[in-house]
Amino acid sequence: MAAGVATWLPFARAAAVGWLPLAKKIMPKPPVDKKSRNDEILFVNVSGLRFQTWKNTLDRYPDTLLGSSEKEFFYNEDTQEYFFDRDPEMFRHILNFYRTGKLHYPRQECIQAFDEELAFYGIVPDIIGDCCMEEYRDRKKENQERLAEDTEAEMATDTPLPPHSTHRERLWRAFENPHTSTMALVFYYVTGFFIAVSVIANVVETVPCRPLKGSKKDLPCGEKYSLAFFCMDTACVLIFTFEYLMRLFAAPSRCKFMRSVMSVIDVVAIMPYYIGLVMPENEDVSGAFVTLRVFRVFRIFKFSRHSQGLRILGYTLKSCASELGFLLFSLTMAIIIFATVMFYAEKGTKGTNFTSIPASFWYTIVTMTTLGYGDMVPNTIAGKIFGSICSLSGVLVIALPVPVIVSNFSRIYHQNQRADKMRAQQKVRLARIRLAKKGTTNAFLQYKEEGGFHVRLFHDAALCTGFLLYILYIHNHLLHCLEKTTNHEFTDELTFSEMCMTESVGYRTSRSTSISSQQGELTSCCPRRAKRRAIRLANSTASVSRDSVQELDTLQVHKTSAGPQSRSSLNARTEDLKLNCEDRDFTAAIISIPTPPANTPDDSLPPSPAIPGILRNSRTSSYIHETVKISSL
Amino acid sequence: MGVVFGTFSMHTKQVTFRTDNVDDELEMTMVCHRPEGLEQLEAQTNFTKQELQVLYRGFKNECPSGVVNEETFKHIYAQFFPHGDASTYAHYLFNAFDTRNDGSIKFEDFVMGLSTLLRGTVREKLEWTFHLYDINRDGFINKEEMTEIVRAIYDMMGKYTYPALKGDVPKQHVDVFFEKMDKNKDGVVTLEEFVLACQEDENMMRSMQLFENVM
Repeated sequence: MAAGVATWLPFARAAAVGWLPLAKKIMPKPPVDKKSRNDEILFVNVSGLRFQTWKNTLDRYPDTLLGSSEKEFFYNEDTQEYFFDRDPEMFRHILNFYRTGKLHYPRQECIQAFDEELAFYGIVPDIIGDCCMEEYRDRKKENQERLAEDTEAEMATDTPLPPHSTHRERLWRAFENPHTSTMALVFYYVTGFFIAVSVIANVVETVPCRPLKGSKKDLPCGEKYSLAFFCMDTACVLIFTFEYLMRLFAAPSRCKFMRSVMSVIDVVAIMPYYIGLVMPENEDVSGAFVTLRVFRVFRIFKFSRHSQGLRILGYTLKSCASELGFLLFSLTMAIIIFATVMFYAEKGTKGTNFTSIPASFWYTIVTMTTLGYGDMVPNTIAGKIFGSICSLSGVLVIALPVPVIVSNFSRIYHQNQRADKMRAQQKVRLARIRLAKKGTTNAFLQYKEEGGFHVRLFHDAALCTGFLLYILYIHNHLLHCLEKTTNHEFTDELTFSEMCMTESVGYRTSRSTSISSQQGELTSCCPRRAKRRAIRLANSTASVSRDSVQELDTLQVHKTSAGPQSRSSLNARTEDLKLNCEDRDFTAAIISIPTPPANTPDDSLPPSPAIPGILRNSRTSSYIHETVKISSL
Repeated sequence: MGVVFGTFSMHTKQVTFRTDNVDDELEMTMVCHRPEGLEQLEAQTNFTKQELQVLYRGFKNECPSGVVNEETFKHIYAQFFPHGDASTYAHYLFNAFDTRNDGSIKFEDFVMGLSTLLRGTVREKLEWTFHLYDINRDGFINKEEMTEIVRAIYDMMGKYTYPALKGDVPKQHVDVFFEKMDKNKDGVVTLEEFVLACQEDENMMRSMQLFENVM
């Protein structure tokens, strides 16, 4: 944050005196600020509550309403103050953001009201400090979900189709939301009916029917009315096949569809029939064929398309898989232990059922789950003692993990969400660090290209953010001094690796880019490098991170060009470069450096070199970098 | 049976008894340093009252407790020079500012140092720089100390430089420096030699004037 930079900058400059005896070249001249920058106190009246603050405090974030010239619209000449007709309680938090650099979310406020205030003052909510970020996100998600539910409920009643949708899209939509059209609903219920019919038929065909005339044995109905059942089966399978093919056709992404669980279930439900058709009536194979018929029971899972509850159950089991696995593992351990004990306890008895340890498994399981079939009972005293211990421990082993699994489910569910969020945040953070590191090099190189050799004076109109710009220039001057001391120059990673490969590139030509209009030369010998330098800077927002990433912001001055993005047009446009506050778009580039995390909350470790909160400019499209000549007074 | 119960241990959490540490931390946060009065500082340094006020406000904002320790120092420098590793140079700088050698910089130290560097005479600045280079405070700069400092400065440049850092560039730099500074070729540079050599160096004198009177 500029405040931190501004505070320590004179000190860093002073410390640069230590480089002077070592410097091989003369130091470059520093930027001189002609205007004396006396700080003044501003009065801000928010619905009657009067706030006062330094002008510099507000200037820290030029991307916001209070930091830019936009606040002049609210200036009241008579009372010499800025008047805002907004919530004064909320304003307190907004102002604290300017002061400390951290945005906090007041827990008692409504999330939407807070968001609206932030939007009014031009502050992006992404910079909420870590202490309040989770709460903010949770509340926001809750709110959004509630709104989404409401809108969904609305949508369920009347849903106009998007215009110009193909047949395929309409078909897919009909499959996914059966309530959209009557045809879809009819189809939905028909398939449901046939699933039920198929399952019932599978069940009924094994029930013994009255035997055929002249035979004593009871036949299962499936064999008595084999033709009828076969016809019913065929009909169901035909319907299911038709449905599957239609879904496959309508699916927006066929590969994804084919890999989804529901489609696998569909396939498994209908495959046995076709395999049965293909396979010949053979004694050896019919055994396998019978096994295949078992798979027909999977048709019952097709109901999960019709039932939300089944889907939730499936998800629960999936997410609790590790817990369940652990339960299974501990059960297995207990079973093995007790089975072994029981086997050896009962070994002596004649005619015992405990013939082997695996045989004792059955006894252990039945006892531990308190089933107690009674088909295997211990006879010896030792066996009975251990048997009772087994049943007692069974109660505990089975009963205890169940509430744990239930609570685990809710915990895991929330944890997963948070872990995903953090992973995504971490990725973004790393990307931002990399980008910002590049950004600082680019910023410095740009400063040099603008001719940092000359003394830069500042236009009056630039005063609104002149302070920060001045800081930027001083910082770049400092980096320049370091270069002169060591007689080496800063480059970015890419150019460095390139230079390692192509050593023959001369100094001047390789370094000049086509951007600089002052030199007026369009060197295209290294167009790739130049283009890379030419562009875009970190349009990234920053937030104070938990592992104390320290950030320093530099301002990048860009002029957005609406015209064609070819480089040849750059020269043409540089004639009319005039610096106006209104024309410029400021993008703040953040340089994030990971610092060693403060394990002990050291008091003297100041919280605010953790500089947060640089705001994203709303225009995030790539900028064309043009040299901005800052004209003198 | 014990094994069965042992398997449930996955859900027990480690409870650490941290009350003692918490008390210590609370004590530490109470420590706060206030600088001497404004008039005294104005008398001791070359800054005006307004400048001192601005400096202190910034300082207090960054370090509410009133002291800067070495870690913070390294942080600050890392922000300014993100390309490379500024921690070694920051360490030497810290020692140079910390005139009392107590491991922390108070506002007075900060302001006195700044006053010398920004508003002092050429001699004072050179003396300060000499003390910066003289790591062990024995009154002489030998080659090892100088090499350390130069390496620290080159570390700040980072890896990606043009031209690339090949060979032992810091050592060459130190050799050149000693050529210039060590008049009697005895292998060490004394304060007088240093001041004399620097005053003869036109470029350096001009550069030094650049850092005058800036805030």
